[in-house]
Amino acid sequence: MNRKPKYIPAMNHKYNLNKILKRQLFETMLKIRLAEEKIVAVYHEQHMRTPTHLSIGQEAVAVGICSALKKDDQVFSPHRCHAHYLAKGGNLNAFFAELCGRETGSNRGRVGSAHLTDEKAHVYASPILGAMIPVAVGAALAFKMDRLKKVAVAFLGDAAIEEGIFTESLNFAIVKKLPVLFVCENNLYSTNSPLRVRQPPSPLYKRVSLPELSTQQIDGNDVEKVYQAASKAIQQCRRGKGPIFIECLTYRIHEHVGPLMDYDKGYRSKKEVESWIKKCPIKRFKSKLIKGRIMNSKEIDALTAELKKDMNEAYVKALQSPWPDTKTLLDHVY
Amino acid sequence: MAQWPIICLLLGWAHESDKFDEQNDEYCYNINNMTRKISYAQAISEALVQAMDLDPRVFIFGLGVDDFKGIFGTTLEAAKKFGSTRVFDTPASEGALTGIAIGAALNNKRPVLVHARNDFMFLALDQMLNNASKWKYVSYGHSSVPFVVRAIIGKGWGQGPVHSQSIQSVLAHFPGLYVAMPSNPYDVKGILLKSLQVDTPAVILEHRALYNCEGEVPAEAYTVEFGQAKIVHPGKDITVLATSLMVLEALKAAQILKSEGIEMEIVDPVSIQPLDEETIITSVKKTGRLICADTSWARCGFSAEVAAMVAEKAHAHLKAAVRRIAPPPCPCPVSKPLEDAFYPTYQNILEVVYELLDRKIFSSQNRFQEVDSFVGPY
Repeated sequence: MNRKPKYIPAMNHKYNLNKILKRQLFETMLKIRLAEEKIVAVYHEQHMRTPTHLSIGQEAVAVGICSALKKDDQVFSPHRCHAHYLAKGGNLNAFFAELCGRETGSNRGRVGSAHLTDEKAHVYASPILGAMIPVAVGAALAFKMDRLKKVAVAFLGDAAIEEGIFTESLNFAIVKKLPVLFVCENNLYSTNSPLRVRQPPSPLYKRVSLPELSTQQIDGNDVEKVYQAASKAIQQCRRGKGPIFIECLTYRIHEHVGPLMDYDKGYRSKKEVESWIKKCPIKRFKSKLIKGRIMNSKEIDALTAELKKDMNEAYVKALQSPWPDTKTLLDHVY
Repeated sequence: MAQWPIICLLLGWAHESDKFDEQNDEYCYNINNMTRKISYAQAISEALVQAMDLDPRVFIFGLGVDDFKGIFGTTLEAAKKFGSTRVFDTPASEGALTGIAIGAALNNKRPVLVHARNDFMFLALDQMLNNASKWKYVSYGHSSVPFVVRAIIGKGWGQGPVHSQSIQSVLAHFPGLYVAMPSNPYDVKGILLKSLQVDTPAVILEHRALYNCEGEVPAEAYTVEFGQAKIVHPGKDITVLATSLMVLEALKAAQILKSEGIEMEIVDPVSIQPLDEETIITSVKKTGRLICADTSWARCGFSAEVAAMVAEKAHAHLKAAVRRIAPPPCPCPVSKPLEDAFYPTYQNILEVVYELLDRKIFSSQNRFQEVDSFVGPY
């Protein structure tokens, strides 16, 4: 079964989360995790011939932010885009089909993992660091020119702020007071290069901070905190108080690209990876939901089984889908 | 506005071959009885104002577009008429501005981004080549980002190594962009209006040395098609394919050759991507000889592309090897004698024509009185 994503706004101005919303946040995170665990399980089968950058461990950022958006708000994402795509409501079958290079893929097999687009869900991605940041700003410019109350989100990694285009885009958004939310997913590494060799030791969000720009740092593995911060920021953007920058502290558990674990490779320690596995956003939120009697283990097990079934079905469906016709190779270049 | 050392010859040529977009009556224009003459810069200005009148989605942005100079006068009228919401100054961020144009185009805007020198577009190539050129393809046509980049090629009075380049081959190499190099006021107006109607990001490379050239231009809005070359001077003995400013140099050469009984055919591709191969090949089949005169270097350049294309598709019709006329393989220097030595002129064309036709080389004295009244600085 392929559930349609639900967009449930916060219940009151203090951004307290109701039970339905909490369940929804959990379900979406679990869905993304299980989708990517499916990729891990089947990647060796060689049906997904596309470099994949897994979001496992970072789901709370994508889900917290995207759940606070309206459907026609737009999301722009870099290479590690699976979580953003699914959290914003990107089609699941099209997701697996794209990874398998099929005609039914989100981009008809043209781009694979790092470029996932779903126009209906208003989510776009491209894998050059920082390349989608100005596109989000341009979308926000159009929103403002047309007096629409829409918001654009630019997801970016910690390395993207090292790119000049980030500074250029941020500056333009500030000067024009645009409704754009910059969400930095600080996972401490750019490929295998640690943050400490790339940036000064001061907190990233402070280095971005300006008198004209509201910035904050939050625990990116706490989906409730992310959702609350996002709701507030998005509301400010809609009121013309944008742009806003949020740094979310998080961590990718798997290797930079591919389905494996890599703590034997020397650039990060097993201890470090394990400490972050303990902070897994899904595990944390699950025990909170159980403790708060919002969901019980039985319900969660049933949900997990149901979602796993969705993933299996989507993968099988992808493999049964046709390849793109080679006659369409030159379609839509111009 | 500064005067440039260009003698504009044979103004108002070659409009007969235009075909108009018959589906859009507003843009159709009967070109009979055309008498009004305006400059290349005025034609750009007029196109922008008319495009903005016709389409409320069009806006113009870039460094200095609303200042007192208004990009050599081309955006003054638009800024005056439409105000700061639709013509606005920006930070000096070529890369981000290009991405911003993409994001706005994705949301039903028609941005016109202006670079006062096309050399600055190197700062925007990630956005141009990784995002803009591929957007439509990677979404399988579900979304597209049509916007226009106006970028000016500089020349003369010490513009120097990085204000005088001509970057067409870089842009045309990558599938997904339209690249035009209009050589006269009529074409620049029509192609600019057309570029704001197509569904593909388009770069209009305007030559600064053409800005004061006058030509006949209809007052109404009309379009010039991408991928439709023009025979700007008919001939049977030799074909010169010339881009942008080199069309004027070729016209000077053609005038001299005519007096010597040689009929040179000049083909102006107008856009180099898409490229009207058919018109070029038809001309080569007729004359059997081809010279390609481009504003940029020969190596891996547009002239190399044309030579390869003709070698592949019309080899049997060639009576001689294809020849290229291009600046020498060095950056453009500032010092006057070096700068003069750098730029190819009609004389270079003449020399190659004489060689290909096995004629005696006539006097290489300057046959055109050029008035160098441009006093800089930009």
